[in-house]
Amino acid sequence: MIKVHSLRKQYGNNIVLRDISLSVARGEVLALIGPSGSGKSTLLRCLNLLVQPDGGQVRVGETRFDFNAGQRLPRDAEQARFRTTTGMVFQHFNLFPHMNVLQNVMEGPVTVLRQSRSQAAETARALVEKVGLSHKLDAFPNRLSGGEKQRVAIARALAMKPSVMLFDEVTSALDPELVGEVLNVMRDLAHEGMTMVIVTHEIGFAREMADRVLFMKGGVVVEEGPAHALIDHPQEAATQAFLSHFHLRHHAMSEDSHV
Amino acid sequence: MYQWDFSLVWQYRQILLVGLQYTLVFTVLSVVAGLALGLFIALARIGTPRAVNIPLQGAVELFRCTPFLVILIWFYYALPVLIDINLSAMMAAFLALTFYGASFYSEIVRAGIVSIESGQVEAARALGMRRWQVMRRVVLPQAFKRMIPPLMNQSILQLKNTSLVSVLAVPDLVYQGQLIAHETYRPLEVYTTVALSYFIVLFPATLLVQRIERRLALSD
Repeated sequence: MIKVHSLRKQYGNNIVLRDISLSVARGEVLALIGPSGSGKSTLLRCLNLLVQPDGGQVRVGETRFDFNAGQRLPRDAEQARFRTTTGMVFQHFNLFPHMNVLQNVMEGPVTVLRQSRSQAAETARALVEKVGLSHKLDAFPNRLSGGEKQRVAIARALAMKPSVMLFDEVTSALDPELVGEVLNVMRDLAHEGMTMVIVTHEIGFAREMADRVLFMKGGVVVEEGPAHALIDHPQEAATQAFLSHFHLRHHAMSEDSHV
Repeated sequence: MYQWDFSLVWQYRQILLVGLQYTLVFTVLSVVAGLALGLFIALARIGTPRAVNIPLQGAVELFRCTPFLVILIWFYYALPVLIDINLSAMMAAFLALTFYGASFYSEIVRAGIVSIESGQVEAARALGMRRWQVMRRVVLPQAFKRMIPPLMNQSILQLKNTSLVSVLAVPDLVYQGQLIAHETYRPLEVYTTVALSYFIVLFPATLLVQRIERRLALSD
């Protein structure tokens, strides 16, 4: 479904991605983990061209783009069409504040896919119900909790019927008690067979939900493998060091619960 | 103690009303044209190559950093010679007001647009919107809300700036006032009336801006 080959990106002298290759099969869930600044979010943004790579190839579905020196960047129309095949959910929700929940979810199908308003509204209602917010259809984003906003954002992305969903630290800006409701929606999506790439700091969730995990540091893939194997038995020193923070917290929490 | 006598002014009220009409028509026309030109300049300056942006920025700053009176006189006396055309006083006044207004409007519009969080653009682009769709559906509706109060304030200034077109003998409120003052030798009454006329038009406008500002603050 997704294939990335020797992807490179740098801002000035700062190399963010060095020669990254990965592939994601249809229906597979891939988690990208790693410390801040490791390039995970940039990599994710290269998958829908919100960030233009400096070199390498990106393929999603049937569409492939080559980025090499001297090669012109894809035109606005090409980029836009390509992005309709991927749905993206952001850390800070980025709901449209001048539209209510229903309008937010209808916006893509109406403006981009030129669907009729009635058809788009029907799909949107079903999606809002799926994320459990039917009672908030007319609410504006400033009246929603963080968890509710993020569920609407997921519905908005799904309304485009994407073949891939990209999640960029979608629970990082949430109060701890609201994380669960968002993860539940993502869990349902994964069970329905959606192809997903998830940038996350929720190591437990990555271990549970992802088929494969990819650990990045300093713009390179340090280690990748099946979720359980990689998280429980990391091979590389850098991976072990990174995961040790989470294991410590995990143990501390389970000790607490025994008291 | 000065003996106020407004009866003479009242006799000349038709002349003042004509002046008020000119003032209002010049304001409306130059606000509409200035807003259109300002919006165009602002959009042309965002996300375009430096070769487009820098000359536009230069033009905007040229008008923003020059007194309106100087621009007005320049448009009437210098521009026609430079490009070899005939420019009536009315046309010169309209063009000067429009360009001067547009330079301020364009900065208000540009500031409004760039104040929209980049995440909004990312979300819209991620849905597959084209650049102009992002602008029309997501950025401009939010930006306009923020622009309304400063745009209205600038339009109030624009009305006051029209008073300077009297130096080109355009028969606006001030020019008509000068005529009557010369006729009647009653400058105190005449210019007081002129000042009050401006106030009566603009005071409700400033109240309206305040009300709109409060309403927008509530809806945020």
